[in-house]
Amino acid sequence: MNRFQSWGRFPKAEQDIHAMRWKDGMLPDTGEKSVLPFGLGRSYGDSCLNNGQSLVETSGLNRFIAFDENAGTLCCEAGVPLDEILKLVVPKGWFLPTTPGTKFITVGGAIANDIHGKNHHVAGTFGCHVKAFELLRSDGSRTRCTPRTNSVLFKATIGGLGLTGLITWAEFRLKKINNAWIEMESIKFEGIGEFMKLSRESDQDWEYTVSWIDCAARGKAFARGIFMRGNHAPASVMSRKVHAEPKLTTPFNCPNMMLNSFSIKAFNTVYYSKQRAKKVRARTHYDPFFYPLDAVNEWNRIYGRRGFFQYQFVVPFEGGSETMEKILEKITVSKQGSFLSVIKTFGDKKSPGMLSFPKPGITLALDFPNRGKSTTQLFDDLDQIVDSAGGSVYPAKDARMSPDFFQKAYPQWEAFSEFIDPQFSSSFWRRVTAQA
Amino acid sequence: MKTILIVGAYSSIAEETAKVYAAQGNRLILWGRSEDRLKSVQQNLKVLGADDVHWFEIDLNNCADHAPLLEKTIQKAGNIDIALVAHGTLPDQSAVESDFSVIEEVIHTNFLTYASLLTALANYLEKQKRGTIAAISSVAADRGRKSNYIYGAAKAGASTFIDGLRGRMASFGVHVVNIKPGMVDTPMTAHLEKGALFAQPKVIATGIVSAISKKKHTVYLPGYWRLIMFITRSIPEFIFKKTNF
Ligand SMILES: Cc1cc2nc3c(=O)[nH]c(=O)nc-3n(C[C@H](O)[C@H](O)[C@H](O)COP(=O)(O)OP(=O)(O)OC[C@H]3O[C@@H](n4cnc5c(N)ncnc54)[C@H](O)[C@@H]3O)c2cc1C
Ligand SMILES: NC(=O)c1ccc[n+]([C@@H]2O[C@H](COP(=O)([O-])OP(=O)(O)OC[C@H]3O[C@@H](n4cnc5c(N)ncnc54)[C@H](OP(=O)(O)O)[C@@H]3O)[C@@H](O)[C@H]2O)c1
Repeated sequence: MNRFQSWGRFPKAEQDIHAMRWKDGMLPDTGEKSVLPFGLGRSYGDSCLNNGQSLVETSGLNRFIAFDENAGTLCCEAGVPLDEILKLVVPKGWFLPTTPGTKFITVGGAIANDIHGKNHHVAGTFGCHVKAFELLRSDGSRTRCTPRTNSVLFKATIGGLGLTGLITWAEFRLKKINNAWIEMESIKFEGIGEFMKLSRESDQDWEYTVSWIDCAARGKAFARGIFMRGNHAPASVMSRKVHAEPKLTTPFNCPNMMLNSFSIKAFNTVYYSKQRAKKVRARTHYDPFFYPLDAVNEWNRIYGRRGFFQYQFVVPFEGGSETMEKILEKITVSKQGSFLSVIKTFGDKKSPGMLSFPKPGITLALDFPNRGKSTTQLFDDLDQIVDSAGGSVYPAKDARMSPDFFQKAYPQWEAFSEFIDPQFSSSFWRRVTAQA
Repeated sequence: MKTILIVGAYSSIAEETAKVYAAQGNRLILWGRSEDRLKSVQQNLKVLGADDVHWFEIDLNNCADHAPLLEKTIQKAGNIDIALVAHGTLPDQSAVESDFSVIEEVIHTNFLTYASLLTALANYLEKQKRGTIAAISSVAADRGRKSNYIYGAAKAGASTFIDGLRGRMASFGVHVVNIKPGMVDTPMTAHLEKGALFAQPKVIATGIVSAISKKKHTVYLPGYWRLIMFITRSIPEFIFKKTNF
């Protein structure tokens, strides 16, 4: 099986693969072909693909360099997965400064997409916690970048989609914890208004907030969901046990019909009704709290051979609730929406990243099985709504937005392109910068 | 805490094994020929929990350097509890067949350097009267095959040497393990199509650590290779010679 696909398994791409195993090594000689670093392929669309060209596989850059247990800083090679970092740092009372919904991504991928987590409203993006990294460019140069030295290259590389060169190692700050546990509350809500109210109330006292929202329910149940908030448990809890390896694997590509609008609706209803009470309190290990989907290896295969899309956008707070309702309405009517739709508010902590996705506002992420034209048509319609609200779509999840929309939503793209390494390129970048 | 010498320390299999020992808080000594790589591995092992990590640069093809470097190593480390010998090269069979100078290199690196280094180690451990030598041969040693008989011959030489050495060392309380990996996904096999039989180096590493602690004589890693090689050895030659293995 071709391992070098993106998580959505769409679009398909063919690339020459070159492995990089040593941080002091050189970039492979790819001749005429352009290169792109490849982490663990957890991006959904084509930002980690380089169709017809070549990829530099970074999973062999998997060594730690230094861990300062007192200061809480970690320096490691760029291919180290977050999962291995947790195994190292949690027993010593440290945690990732922020983490996406899967622990199977690399540090290089976390920087290149300037990823965000459930604590964006207090911690900002991953890039906010990066102290330094080394960038290897195709001219053989190695540049140590920090917020102060080579700061422009630093900013361009954070959220730089792997285009500015290969990050060989990075150093970043960790977060102090007492133990491996999270104290959480889940609260049922009905409608975007109530979601916004809960978000505002929780931003102060809760470090992690995220909500699941039902994108299949109509009428009275429209935009119902479950708001989840959590804090690291206090010192009275002792265990620093790390997570276990996933036990289940999706054994084959499921037939496409397994995911129809009926099964999606049923799933959403069950998920919502599973929680009886309005509010539930629990203490849970970090693994199910942050990474519920990691319990099943290769769960992306349930979407079958044709793959699937994720659509994630952010719209500013101003008028955001109305936009959100409009979009949810459209998705509900389309009956294409998916199992897990996630909604969250972003805070105003600014990332150093030039091209970073998060900005203050509301973000929604949903999966869509690939049903061809009807699905992409729906996205085009959604783009229009997001665009007119002054929002943008997340490149790490995108496989289809138009050059026009990308360039409008990211007007800094031209300034950014000055920093692209002449030998580097990606399927995504060629697509969104193509002349209309 | 044990002191473990790893020769060919940044071979994928050896590095994964070193990581297991590091996480247990042992002291490690690394031999290899690239300073940059040795340093990278050293830093990683330290972060993972090794008590201490030293490294020495050596081109193992220079057999005359083996005994002196071992002496230097012992001066630095005191005793050696476990020595894992892992370096090797896998030639492209078609390139080797017609060129004796390449055959000579293959036999030199995969057999003679083992004979030289294992002798130096044995002479030292014999005096120490304890310790374990683990050396990596291969399933390729078990039967000459059209597709890799030159590498296989060198590994068979090493394998026989390792087994014989076990007998010599038995009365000195020194144990010798012969490690026979099957196909492993490492840079050595990067050019090969990865079928279902390929194992990850991490799996082999766990097997090596366990074989050493259980004082096994010969281990096939992963274990199913014992059966595969049993069958392979049982096929009559008049059939075997026509196969394309
Ligand atoms: C289940 C799931 C949940 C997710 N949840 C979130 C979330 O909550 N928040 C969020 O922000 N994202 C989320 N994501 C997306 C994921 O975090 C990002 O796509 C991440 O960048 C993937 O990292 P990767 O290591 O797999 O890199 P890849 O996907 O392989 O590559 C991503 C980008 O990083 C570049 N890159 C990789 N390594 C290097 C390097 N060494 N030097 C330079 N560039 C490099 C690549 O060129 C590419 O542009 C989620 C993904 C999944 C599958
Ligand atoms: N991979 C398999 O399928 C497989 C199967 C059976 C047995 N084995 C055996 O397992 C052992 C480890 O191999 P691997 O798969 O982990 O491959 P690997 O990662 O390619 O490691 C081989 C190592 O040997 C080192 N080496 C070779 N010649 C050397 C020399 N003259 N001096 C110093 N170091 C030298 C190499 O160092 P440089 O990088 O500096 O050259 C390299 O680190 C080998 O003995 C191999 O034959 C492997």
